[in-house]
Amino acid sequence: MYDSIVLRTVARFMLPLLFLLSVFMLIRGHNLPGGGFVGGLLAASAIILQIIAFGPDYARQAIPVSHLQVAATGVVFTALWGLPGLLTGQPYMTAFWLPEPIPGIGKIGTPVLFDIGVYLTVIGVTTQLAFILAEEPLFYPMRKKATPSEPVAPEA
Amino acid sequence: MDNHLFLPILMPLIGAALAVVAGQRRMLARTIVLLATLANLGYGTWLLWLVDAEGRQATQSGDWAAPFGITLVADGLSALMLIVAALLMLTTLIYSFATLDGDQERFFYYPLLLALLAGVSGAFITGDLFNLYVWFEVMLVASFGLLTLGGSRGQLEGGLKYVVLNLIGSTSFLIGAGLIYGVAGTLNMAHLGERLTTIQEPSLVTAIAGLFLFAFGAKAAIFPLFFWLPTSYHTPPVAVTAIFSGLMTKVGVYSLYRVFGLIFPNELARFAPLILTLAGLTMVIGVIGAVAQTDIRRILSFHIVSQIGYAIMGLGLASVAGLAAGILFIAHVMIVKTALFFIGGAAERIYGTAELKKMGGLAKREPLLATFWLIGILSLAGIPPLSGFFGKLALLQAGVAQQAWLITGVAAGVSILTLFSMLKIWNEVFWKKAYTDVSQLPRVPAGLMIPGAVLALASVALGLGAAPLADYSALAAGQAFDVSGYVVDVCGVAGCDAAATTVRQENTQ
Repeated sequence: MYDSIVLRTVARFMLPLLFLLSVFMLIRGHNLPGGGFVGGLLAASAIILQIIAFGPDYARQAIPVSHLQVAATGVVFTALWGLPGLLTGQPYMTAFWLPEPIPGIGKIGTPVLFDIGVYLTVIGVTTQLAFILAEEPLFYPMRKKATPSEPVAPEA
Repeated sequence: MDNHLFLPILMPLIGAALAVVAGQRRMLARTIVLLATLANLGYGTWLLWLVDAEGRQATQSGDWAAPFGITLVADGLSALMLIVAALLMLTTLIYSFATLDGDQERFFYYPLLLALLAGVSGAFITGDLFNLYVWFEVMLVASFGLLTLGGSRGQLEGGLKYVVLNLIGSTSFLIGAGLIYGVAGTLNMAHLGERLTTIQEPSLVTAIAGLFLFAFGAKAAIFPLFFWLPTSYHTPPVAVTAIFSGLMTKVGVYSLYRVFGLIFPNELARFAPLILTLAGLTMVIGVIGAVAQTDIRRILSFHIVSQIGYAIMGLGLASVAGLAAGILFIAHVMIVKTALFFIGGAAERIYGTAELKKMGGLAKREPLLATFWLIGILSLAGIPPLSGFFGKLALLQAGVAQQAWLITGVAAGVSILTLFSMLKIWNEVFWKKAYTDVSQLPRVPAGLMIPGAVLALASVALGLGAAPLADYSALAAGQAFDVSGYVVDVCGVAGCDAAATTVRQENTQ
């Protein structure tokens, strides 16, 4: 956590903007530069910005979901998107597309579901990693205590 | 097109994700993983029947025609390995339900097990060399999680050795895949098999084959690359050790069978003496290593290494009969080895220690457990009518038929040493007089007994049904060496090069 009023103000302002940008990246991404991975990283960086500005406790309250469950939901999506192919008697992961591209978004088809899955997985895993790093207990405190050889036990 | 081939990968994958979503609702998570594993077992049984009746099954993911798309192929060897893997995973789940505490379950134990099953199933069923690498990585990541779950000092130490050596193996696999792509211009196994028969770079291909032998040899724990196994396998919970002993090294053996049968059949003849030497050394060193140990799981870990030697011997004989014997043996050893870990783990749990010296007198206290242990060790040593006898008999017959006297003699001798080493555990744990009052010990709960019992009885069943199984393994070995048939099933009658040309023409029009 970095205590700065400028950072806090900007972080609050950036949260919705970064999320919007990430969704934009996600939707255009399956046939233009962008995609679920980049979108997911953008969304995760929005959350990580909150961790840096306000500390992990506040960031957990601001986005009250279990990040690993978000990631797992993403994996379910990535597995399910191929099923329409399987159910219509074609191999798994056969893509179906709408015949006409939607203005402003582009071609839409079943691979978008895969991108959504990647998006959720990347958000979940990246934020979980960031939280673990931010909340890591100090194994070796800087200031020496009475028994310096004993590492401080991590909290359960 | 046999689109059902995606199911054995998809069901565990979706199950794993759903189990994470279920989170702290333990019974829900347990139900999900159990259902996914049962589905895989049922599918494996059906696939075995289908392959036996109709031959090889193949499909292309995403409807991208071979050799461009990722191919999934199930032949006799794949189907057999799939069903055994699902059976072992089922028993492991039952054992885990009975033994694991909530803390370990909280850290995604069951999703990791299912991810392991997905990786193993994917490795068994893929028809693409790079895809095989991907499944190996899925497996490795899941297994690293399982190995270090709990985070005790011994686990982290064992896990570190395990990961480092496995990463070296993976990296050389990747380098080999890159080199072979440079030589042949494809990674589809059918296409590789077709092209390597006419390739103009014999010495380079030999070097690549050696690289693959090293890579998969490290995974399969053959001599001299086995040392990571005994140092890491006794550290995690018993259920994890058991499933590792059944699956991890055997995927390496499967890959050796697959790669040398399909892609490098010409190199196999050249490498055969080396493979046989390594097989003999693996058997001997493994069994000698076991003699010096006094901890149940350490002894059993060394026996894994020793048994891998037999499986490699089946490959080293470089014949259909040899490979058939190897396949028969590997199915048997996967089941029996896992059973022994379960039963040994149950004994360890009763006594609260795995030190042989501190145990004893269990045969009177738990006669049923002792019976299943006896079935397991007799089967491992190769006493008729249990499954191990027929596996070893087939290996020895193939060895004698090819006049490979030395390796045949070594294999027979190591069998006796195996029995001796197993009887040591029998004497110490079950037979000898107990130092402590055995009647004070806790009884074995049913959840600890059932998995070992199911697998021990499976070994008896395999022994009694040896004739159809031997026929089946002969079919599987024939398919594993049948490059042209594989090419026809994957790419069509004209072959993969012709199929590739057709696809290119269709796309340019």
